[in-house]
Amino acid sequence: MTAQPQTAQSSVQPRRTGIKRKQVKKAIRQLLVHLMLIPLALVFMLPFLWMLSTSLKPDTQFYSYPPVWIPNPLQWSNYPDAVTYISFFLYLRNTLTIAVLATIGSLISCSLVAYSLARIPWPGRNFLFIFTVATLMLPFQVTLIPLFVVYSRLGWVNSFLPLIVPHWFGSALYIFLLRQFFMTIPMELSEAARIDGAGELRIYWQVILPLAKAALATVAIFEFIARWRDYLGPLIYLSNQKLYTLSLGIYEYRSQYGAEWGLLMAASVLITLPIILLFFFLQKTFVQGIALTGIKG
Amino acid sequence: MTTKAASIRPSGARMKPRTRNTINGLLFASPWLLGLAAFWIYPTIASAYYSFTKFNGVQAPVWVGLANYIKLFTDDSNFWDAVYNTFYFAAVSIPLAIILAFALALMLNAKIRGQVVYRTIYFLPTLVPEVALALVWVYMFTPVSGIINAPFQYFGHRGPCWLTCEAWSRQTLVLLALWIIGQQVILYLAGLQDVPQDLYDAADVDGANPLHKFRHVTVPIVTPVIFFHLVTSVIGALQFFAIPYIMTGGTGFPANSTLFYSIYMYKQGFQYFQMGLASAMAWLLFVVTLIVTLVIFRTSRLWVFYSGGEQG
Repeated sequence: MTAQPQTAQSSVQPRRTGIKRKQVKKAIRQLLVHLMLIPLALVFMLPFLWMLSTSLKPDTQFYSYPPVWIPNPLQWSNYPDAVTYISFFLYLRNTLTIAVLATIGSLISCSLVAYSLARIPWPGRNFLFIFTVATLMLPFQVTLIPLFVVYSRLGWVNSFLPLIVPHWFGSALYIFLLRQFFMTIPMELSEAARIDGAGELRIYWQVILPLAKAALATVAIFEFIARWRDYLGPLIYLSNQKLYTLSLGIYEYRSQYGAEWGLLMAASVLITLPIILLFFFLQKTFVQGIALTGIKG
Repeated sequence: MTTKAASIRPSGARMKPRTRNTINGLLFASPWLLGLAAFWIYPTIASAYYSFTKFNGVQAPVWVGLANYIKLFTDDSNFWDAVYNTFYFAAVSIPLAIILAFALALMLNAKIRGQVVYRTIYFLPTLVPEVALALVWVYMFTPVSGIINAPFQYFGHRGPCWLTCEAWSRQTLVLLALWIIGQQVILYLAGLQDVPQDLYDAADVDGANPLHKFRHVTVPIVTPVIFFHLVTSVIGALQFFAIPYIMTGGTGFPANSTLFYSIYMYKQGFQYFQMGLASAMAWLLFVVTLIVTLVIFRTSRLWVFYSGGEQG
């Protein structure tokens, strides 16, 4: 948007005053944009800021009026209390176990399948690709009950298996994402490796994967966060409290009437922070990944 | 080219390249071929079968024909409440989300200082786990004494009752959903960065005003993103579950106004063990999803502009 007035001005206003007026106009416009963006930014920050503020409040200030933004005194003890009020570290370990194993499975399986779809010319691959994209339209509700029945017959209910094993067999979105990325790698690289006598597995491992690190990182982050945040899966398959993930366990602060808001918000901050840090440090990967899922609409 | 490579290849490559490619292709795809069969195709068929049975998940299903469907359509007011709430949510929240996300992206795309900071802030609610987000919302939107009602209190007013009364609960959920559009903002931003500068220059030469440029250059280029957003958010809205479920424990309080389709299906299947009925609900949802997406795809040629191929 800044570029267009510049190109316009170069032909119309060669004089200094004209340029100055343009600059003033541009500055005013930027100011206006900021004036709209800042209040919206405050609104978007509100849930997290309020969470943070409440996590440091003594219970007398939860509903005080006027609202307390910076509690006095800061009740840091909410944090140690929060992790002992529920079995926080047990739930953390459960969540990590599921998230890490599911992520590794997704990376291996989806990259293999994407390799097949993008780099090996075989007769059925276009059909398989279309079928894969089509599964994205299928509501999760349709497969939910039969899968539950199968898992309960296998004795998998109340174990992590239903939350991990399916991810070792690929998921459509990540296969799509990786396939799109693998397609952009020049075919000549594979040809050269074939001439050198490399088999497909070696090309996959030594040529393609090293070049696709960015796309693999995107898949890893997306999948890890999806499993970290997952609510429905644990809700359905984990009823034994020892197996709870954080998203189930956090409910325990809400005992009877009302809730331990200070502890609850402290725990919420603790489970949100890792994701925010991930986003902060890997922002580029995030943004590219999201853009990649949206291409070709 | 592959034939050449194959003929040069040393031992062990006696097969025709075509056969070898087929075998390799299938081998590499095998995890997903198994996964498709086990986690998609079989359950979809089984779910269709269950929808015609009375089934509690343990004993063998008993064939009842169309009874589940008939019951849902004629004798289940909860079902219709859930359908209404879900459609209301989709119909109101999706257009608003498209407008808001597009507007935010437009503002961010004006090369202003602090773009990365703004983008991070708009993305923030999307990063908070749904459980934490739902609970902090409940806390913030507590009637009278919650933080959201503090300004009302300042003026001596009680303020809206938000999630606790039927008059406001549906609208409140729509409002909350607008908080989590960070991903879409990023998508629109990516789309806006694809707008070729020379189109704007050409419009300038033609003497177009900013509104014209927006209407005839920016919007057409971004229509593929709007299309993608529309399709994914329709699918997402029809499956809306975690946030209202966490807020209310699935009770639908107040007055069934937060009972969404997925919540009701979950309750039928996993609380009342009416898995046949729940499967019927799942299949109805599937059919509706298919029809709606098909309609969107069909109409897309009227309004979605693809810069690559010129066929409309």
